[in-house]
Amino acid sequence: MRKGPSLFNVTSVALGLAFLYLPIVILVIYSFNASRLVTVWGGWSTRWYVELWNDAAMLEAAWISLRIAALSATLATVLGTLAAVALVRAGRFRGRTAFSAMIYAPLVMPEVITGLALLLLFVALNVDRGFWTVTAAHTTLTMCFVAVVVQSRLLDFDRSLEEAAMDLGCPPLKTFFTITLPLIFPAVAAGWLLAFTLSLDDLVIASFTTGPGATTLPIRIYSEVRLGVKPQINAICTVMIAVVAFGVIVAALLAKRGELVRARRAAKA
Amino acid sequence: MNVEPPVRRVYVAGMADGNPEPAASRGAAPGLKPGRAPWAVPGARPLVQFEAVVKRFGGVTAVDRVSLDIYEREFFALLGPSGCGKTTLLRMLAGFEIPTEGRILLDGQDLARVPPHKRPVNMMFQNYALFPHLTVEGNIAFGLRQDGMAKSAIAARVKEMLALVKLEGYGWRKPHQLSGGQRQRVALARALAKRPRVLLLDEPLSALDRKLREETRFELIDLQDNLGLTFVMVTHDQDEAMTLADRIGVMNAGSLAQVAPPAAVYEQPNSRWVADFVGDINLIEGIVASVGLGETVIGARAGGRLRVAQNVEAKPGATVWLALRPEKIQIDTQPPAAFDANCLAGQVADIGYLGDVSHYKVKLDNGLALKVSIANRVRLVERPIGWGDRVWLSFAPEACVVLTQ
Ligand SMILES: Nc1ncnc2c1ncn2[C@@H]1O[C@H](COP(=O)(O)OP(=O)(O)OP(=O)(O)O)[C@@H](O)[C@H]1O
Ligand SMILES: [Mg+2]
Repeated sequence: MRKGPSLFNVTSVALGLAFLYLPIVILVIYSFNASRLVTVWGGWSTRWYVELWNDAAMLEAAWISLRIAALSATLATVLGTLAAVALVRAGRFRGRTAFSAMIYAPLVMPEVITGLALLLLFVALNVDRGFWTVTAAHTTLTMCFVAVVVQSRLLDFDRSLEEAAMDLGCPPLKTFFTITLPLIFPAVAAGWLLAFTLSLDDLVIASFTTGPGATTLPIRIYSEVRLGVKPQINAICTVMIAVVAFGVIVAALLAKRGELVRARRAAKA
Repeated sequence: MNVEPPVRRVYVAGMADGNPEPAASRGAAPGLKPGRAPWAVPGARPLVQFEAVVKRFGGVTAVDRVSLDIYEREFFALLGPSGCGKTTLLRMLAGFEIPTEGRILLDGQDLARVPPHKRPVNMMFQNYALFPHLTVEGNIAFGLRQDGMAKSAIAARVKEMLALVKLEGYGWRKPHQLSGGQRQRVALARALAKRPRVLLLDEPLSALDRKLREETRFELIDLQDNLGLTFVMVTHDQDEAMTLADRIGVMNAGSLAQVAPPAAVYEQPNSRWVADFVGDINLIEGIVASVGLGETVIGARAGGRLRVAQNVEAKPGATVWLALRPEKIQIDTQPPAAFDANCLAGQVADIGYLGDVSHYKVKLDNGLALKVSIANRVRLVERPIGWGDRVWLSFAPEACVVLTQ
């Protein structure tokens, strides 16, 4: 009866994709523009990538961003996994509902509010703002994403595996590291990559919590764009898109693979 | 290791299905030396003791005041319908559930404060619970590694275990690369590797096909003989409990209805519930007419007098139930000549042919319907008894049991 998708469906998908990705595609194309003027096409060239390579301030910002992303993602993964384990495993403890609501709240909290709150906190504590405050801020933001990803995996984890390990003489903590963690690892890795990319492209919270000497890449780009778009900004944005896309795709594949393996096991069992 | 020459035992298939002479052909009890019955010895010290153990989940009472002693080298089977609390009882012994009331002792030591990983008890899980990220060898070695055993000793033990469950050459496979029966044997090897004082088996054979299940029963018996361990097995398969166990605990709704050797559970059930649950049975309600001299006369409620070779602990006039196994009834097309047998006349209402036995449903003149099963000793060419035939049922006074509760 039906022969593939209808014209209407094809059109709406095409329009949707164009709406989402046309700006990005244009940005990527213009990063290879030979002309100095951003709006005038002057033929293909990679000169802006070369200039970018010589732009020490921009590269420094990129390096800071990568370090913050890696560090905060790692911290967030540890904390988020612990939170997920507590939520799923501790059964009913006092304040469990409040705890789980509080874990999810940052997901929907406007970033401006989170950023402002953190800024006030750091000022009140009288800490020097810079690399570490941004890292801490990104950790608080991204750990709830990790918690959500890991929690969904833990919810359908077969508890009898842990019981079997303990039955064979393995203490509870060791059981977590030798049995539980290896089996939920795809979800933990996906959570890490998600946290990494979230940190890498955050502008709002970083600009609230950063200080002198710790300009992250998005802040750098934003401040330069205010003085007019230089073509090498297109180039650095393209590089960032590539990094983030890579992270998201790998995270998705990891999560998917975990599911496939589980589905195959379930089918075999 | 405690190696003893394996005692060959007679395997009795389908006892509960009405084969003639069920328990009689059974050899020595598994695990225990012939004639040994520690539960009957006054003062014998049990290995595992449940003392009035209660387990409640919220409002549900899963285990209700269970007191039970299990002895060293015994093969104990817990038999009962689904949801009666068998798994819960086992999980309390393994340490995964804490009793709401009562105590569990192992070797006289209270287990209440001993966490699961410190109990000398290993469990084979109902769903096997093999570690999917470890190989077969990794699974079997897991428990040994926890004890800090030397590498070479672990390797030797793993090899021995693989040979025991006939899985040599499968050591490097992952669980998902095994068949259901192979996985079950890995689970068994893993639970056995540590030589636990008590091995808990939760429906170990339920996922296997009939043939593999019967083979594995032999393997289990041999294993227990060779290793000299104490087994506690949960099952809702009667044949399995009958074949394997030294004693059976029949559970009903959280409590133990009867604890006795298989033959006693089958031949002398202590209540209507046990009689009805274990195997096929006819229950005839009646009133005690007279008791004395090793014989009780009962007037069946539906009519007719029946004699039982048993002194019943009930006064004349009390309501009792006469329990009669279908295979203990003789069926004839003529009134039987034997004078001392109980005899009832009726008409064949239904026939079921199962190959080795035939089941008859006979509608008696007094209104009762009785199940009768007869072994097909000769090849049936023409059915000697057909639908609607008039038949006479007779049974010896020794063939039935009178139940008062
Ligand atoms: N964690 C739990 N929370 C609440 N109720 C439970 C829990 N575990 C078991 N039960 C209840 O306790 C009762 C006994 O359960 P159990 O698992 O011991 O049954 P079982 O005899 O092993 O049954 P089966 O033969 O089906 O395995 C059931 O009514 C069950 O619903
Ligand atoms: Mg069960």
